[in-house]
Amino acid sequence: MARKLPSKNVVVIGLGWTGSILSYHLAKAGLDVVAIERGPWRDTATNFPPAYAQDELRYAVRLDLFLRPAQETLTFRNKADQIALPIRNFAGFLPGNGVGGAGIHWNGQTWRFLPTDFRLRSHLTERYGANILPDDMTIQDWPVSYDELEPYYDRFEKLCGTSGKAGNLKGVKQDGGNPFEGWRSAEYPTPPLKQGLGATLFAEAARKLGHSPFPQPASNLSEAYTNPLGIRMGQCSYCGFCERFGCGNYSKASPQTCVLPALLRVPNFTAQTESEVLKINLDSTGKRATGVTYVDTSGKEWEQPADIVLLCAFALFNVQLMLISGIGKPYDPVSGQGVVGRNYAYQTTSSVSVILKDKVLNPFIATGAHGMIIDDYNGDNFDHTNLGFVGGGYMGAGQTNGRPIQTRPVPKGTPKWGAAWKKATAETYQHAYSLSTHGSSYSYRDCWLDLDPTYKDRLGRPLMRMTFDFHENELKMSAFLTERLAEIAKAMNPTEMQAHPRKGPYDSTIYQTTHNTGGTVMGDDPQTSVLNRYGQSWDVHNLFVPGGASVFPQNHGYNPTNTVGALAFWTADAITQRYLKNPGPLM
Amino acid sequence: MDSKVPLLSRRTFLTSAAILVTTTASVVHGRTFHQGMPWAPGAADPPAQVRPGPWAFFTSDEAATMEAIVDRLIPPDDGGPGGKDAGCAVFIDRQLAGPYGRSDGLYTLPPFMPGSSTQGYQNPDSPGGRYRAGLKALADHIRQSQSGKTLRELSTVDQDKLLSTLEDGSIKLKDIDAKAFFAMLLQDTQQGFFADPIYGGNRDMAGWKLVGFPGARYDYRDWVERHNERYPLPPVSIMGRTDWVSKG
Amino acid sequence: MYRSLTFAVTSFAFIACAHAQGATQDFSCIERGHYLTTLSDCAGCHTTAGGKPFAGGVALQTPFGTLIAPNITPDTDTGIGNWSDDEFVSALQDGRGRNGTRLYPAMPYTAYTKMSRDDILAIRAYLNTVTPVHNRVNANQLPFPFNIRLAMMVWNWLNFTPGRFVADPHQSAEWNRGAYLVQGPGHCGACHTPKTALGGDKTGAPLTGATLQGWFAPNITANKHNGIGRWSKDDLVHYLKTGANNDTLASGPMAEAVTHSTSQMKDADVAAIATYLLGTGQGGTDRPTPIAADNPTMKVGAEIYKDACAPCHQDNGQGSAQLFPRLAGTAVVQSDDPTTLGRVVLEGSRAVATNSAPTAPAMPAFDWRLDNDQVAAVLTYIRNSWGNAAPAVSAATVAKQRTSLAQSR
Repeated sequence: MARKLPSKNVVVIGLGWTGSILSYHLAKAGLDVVAIERGPWRDTATNFPPAYAQDELRYAVRLDLFLRPAQETLTFRNKADQIALPIRNFAGFLPGNGVGGAGIHWNGQTWRFLPTDFRLRSHLTERYGANILPDDMTIQDWPVSYDELEPYYDRFEKLCGTSGKAGNLKGVKQDGGNPFEGWRSAEYPTPPLKQGLGATLFAEAARKLGHSPFPQPASNLSEAYTNPLGIRMGQCSYCGFCERFGCGNYSKASPQTCVLPALLRVPNFTAQTESEVLKINLDSTGKRATGVTYVDTSGKEWEQPADIVLLCAFALFNVQLMLISGIGKPYDPVSGQGVVGRNYAYQTTSSVSVILKDKVLNPFIATGAHGMIIDDYNGDNFDHTNLGFVGGGYMGAGQTNGRPIQTRPVPKGTPKWGAAWKKATAETYQHAYSLSTHGSSYSYRDCWLDLDPTYKDRLGRPLMRMTFDFHENELKMSAFLTERLAEIAKAMNPTEMQAHPRKGPYDSTIYQTTHNTGGTVMGDDPQTSVLNRYGQSWDVHNLFVPGGASVFPQNHGYNPTNTVGALAFWTADAITQRYLKNPGPLM
Repeated sequence: MDSKVPLLSRRTFLTSAAILVTTTASVVHGRTFHQGMPWAPGAADPPAQVRPGPWAFFTSDEAATMEAIVDRLIPPDDGGPGGKDAGCAVFIDRQLAGPYGRSDGLYTLPPFMPGSSTQGYQNPDSPGGRYRAGLKALADHIRQSQSGKTLRELSTVDQDKLLSTLEDGSIKLKDIDAKAFFAMLLQDTQQGFFADPIYGGNRDMAGWKLVGFPGARYDYRDWVERHNERYPLPPVSIMGRTDWVSKG
Repeated sequence: MYRSLTFAVTSFAFIACAHAQGATQDFSCIERGHYLTTLSDCAGCHTTAGGKPFAGGVALQTPFGTLIAPNITPDTDTGIGNWSDDEFVSALQDGRGRNGTRLYPAMPYTAYTKMSRDDILAIRAYLNTVTPVHNRVNANQLPFPFNIRLAMMVWNWLNFTPGRFVADPHQSAEWNRGAYLVQGPGHCGACHTPKTALGGDKTGAPLTGATLQGWFAPNITANKHNGIGRWSKDDLVHYLKTGANNDTLASGPMAEAVTHSTSQMKDADVAAIATYLLGTGQGGTDRPTPIAADNPTMKVGAEIYKDACAPCHQDNGQGSAQLFPRLAGTAVVQSDDPTTLGRVVLEGSRAVATNSAPTAPAMPAFDWRLDNDQVAAVLTYIRNSWGNAAPAVSAATVAKQRTSLAQSR
């Protein structure tokens, strides 16, 4: 039996990007806020100082900053006719853990979705007719428009100090930026990062072929910066330890470097770590949340009553908590009815590796989001007529590191060990570079999340079950994008080159990305969405899911964090400016 | 590696030992943060440095076999030391004696059912158990097929042949998937060769020197735009390098 | 002239609190007392972290042993509720507690003696309004012979010159206001003035830096070498108001002083302090000849610096404003005494957070990574590079500090 704690105005589940942004804004608005985080507290100087932060084995291989499967995992299968089995060691995607969440270990790529992405189904149908969409594709329009979200993108970029070059300022094209991006109300807070040789060669080749390369928007800062919360960030030192690592010199945006110092100064905020929320509690009507129940490290259960519950966990676990708490109708792929768990999507990535024998590339001089990119083949930036697929992605040169346990390419045909392997490894390391595509993953009727019938977590709750595979549309898209990228790679005059388009089936043992989206989708219709346009539950009005990637109706050709951050600000405004004045359904 | 689940450094733990938010009800175990960023003097959670010494996981026979294997997977040559002198067997020994060897932190609850390759490893055996069984099965196989010899008594050519048959799965080992066992041997050996020397492998940063990786450095600001120039500084490990010690 | 300056110095005292007990209802007097309590940083010693305001209990490590700051809430039993105004004034001006008992000079009456009776009574008026807390504090935990309070009579005779602040007619009103704040309520010398063997101020070298509680409080005279003489008035004002400026960030005991006191001072008062400190000449030592870069220890230090320190403090020692302290040309780095430097390298340090500079970056601990020789080498290197000059740091010094820090945690 859980013991009851004194009531709070707001309980926040998970203290990552969205949890910290919401906590800050609501606490500043005078609400008494407690954030409950299942992982530990994490602090730059104590947990990832530039003295042992740069440890590939510990952080990139043993995954020190990530969720342990023993604490929580999920089961996986490609198709509904298989038995889902537990992911016993995370590999294909890596959920974060602890204060800061995925905001600690991300690369810093800070993209906006395209204006057309927000009305995807309408746009594609208008331009190409409904027949271009496969029958089982369940994409839908977002309930917010790009124009509505633009100020919130701007706020998140200013929070992070994002480095980049605008391509479209208030509708006016800008040289050197992304010509395809939606309009921006302001230039990036800091100028673009410097580029290494690999990215420079790619940009030259892309330009030669008539493309418009631009520096990738990066929240690894090109120069020191003070954000609107008064927090100071440092200049990125291109150490090559971003993804899977915490930043040791305050130069990569994270809740640690952008929010927590200010948040922890607000007296009416408390963080409770190493405490796992078991479920969201509802009153007898089932229409109102009364708070959460969580379990502490000794196994004791506590009830934390609250007026407002904010579900700010990682996308996958937002879905799990909704299902376990019995909020919203679970999705049934057979009938196509129900909403929670519906429209799970991912990301479709691929790569082209090149060897440039006469170039010294110093691949270890890198940061998570530097690089030169072209966006010509993203979203609907190009004519899809007769291509046989919809969607797209960005592509470019942004190799994030040269850490040698995981990054040491060899020419094709090299043995995997022995003298020849050793020689080839030594000879190739300085001259190899990986180019990549980062493509959309649209949603389908047979890709979803639900509770596993067999496997349980350490607390006896059902694991979540993921049923996901790539569809023909995405594989065709990946083949097309990879061919375009290979054309540019070829123009770099490589000694050797290998294209690796994405092939099915989806393999949970090979790392691709941690962009797991959907499951608590936001929309205009309660029949096809869990949340309304403000991230508010259709069923339980004092429950919000503020912008975790679980709210995405499908995934677009960009990294999700900027949209996640923008939606967090969007929901924070909806709560402070609308909900608090008149608590109840906002739609 | 001296990592724990959940991560709490020894010293952080000692200084802020628990935990406590006092409420009218009782005490919540977890940690509470309120009004200010926490900090404790001397708080740090570096990995424990592997020291030379007796084998921690392997028996002396297993260790001898492992040293022979790692020296074939990464043979010594003009480019630098092989797997044995680079400490790869020591690395694997210490890793198997630690959380990795025990599958700490992984999901190990039953039922265990075979699945497709896309569903990942589905077997109750931890890496420690797999090494123990794999090395025994391998030794038995060699004893039977090579008139009572051990692996290290074979010529390097024969050792290479044997490893190739493991790699392609063309020999069958008792109760163990030869191919998967080889993949694990190779993965762990290469990890030992390229991981920070603090873990016992990559001795004298041999692996990093081989490829030209500068190691635990953290600042290349001046070098980003120096294209086509080889970065000149030597690698550094978490515990430094020889130039950190006075020669006086 | 003299008259008007005196007026300037105390012009703050619109409302005289002639009798604090009679004036406890007087809002203006209490407000003024509240501010003077902040200026005097009473909470720094008399309030424990997270404890009830002014209920005492902070342990002060002195060279002679531990003293516990007493309860100064108006509790009649364990606080100062029964004290008369005269007793309260005497405590601050003469170092004499109730019934004439002698206070230990950890209580900076040697500075507060400069304060006017009026200001002191305003503090009293404010303290009368705080919640009385029953908390008996055994203040004196000194070993023999220092536990004999009578000994303080001798100490006072040697080290203590009672007397109110006297303005210097040749200086501006702002300078004099600064002098009053620094010498009186601000009691800057309590930490920053070197001490005699008996713990008294070395009166000939005010504010030229001193070691206390395992930290070195640097020279805060206008000495351009290891004082704050390179700072503009703006730099100093920014530092005191926010805890950070383009050179450095406050940490250790100064972080507490910034939190409780200087960040809450009025702009005019902070400006006055800056005017006084930067306009009162240079004290302390001159720049020595730097140790040559080809010295073997310097060479080892340079390697360690490049690999371990430059990611934040940069190759040129410039650091990054508001985040990583500048090492080139700064006071703490070039102080003769490397206590603070050694401490932050060994066990790290968290900078102060204020509303205008909330970042509070932290220096990580390096004691696990660098041995005593290596800490000594890297400190010697940063103290003698980029134009810096200071005596070498020995491994033995680092070893001693390592041991004492380990014991204190």
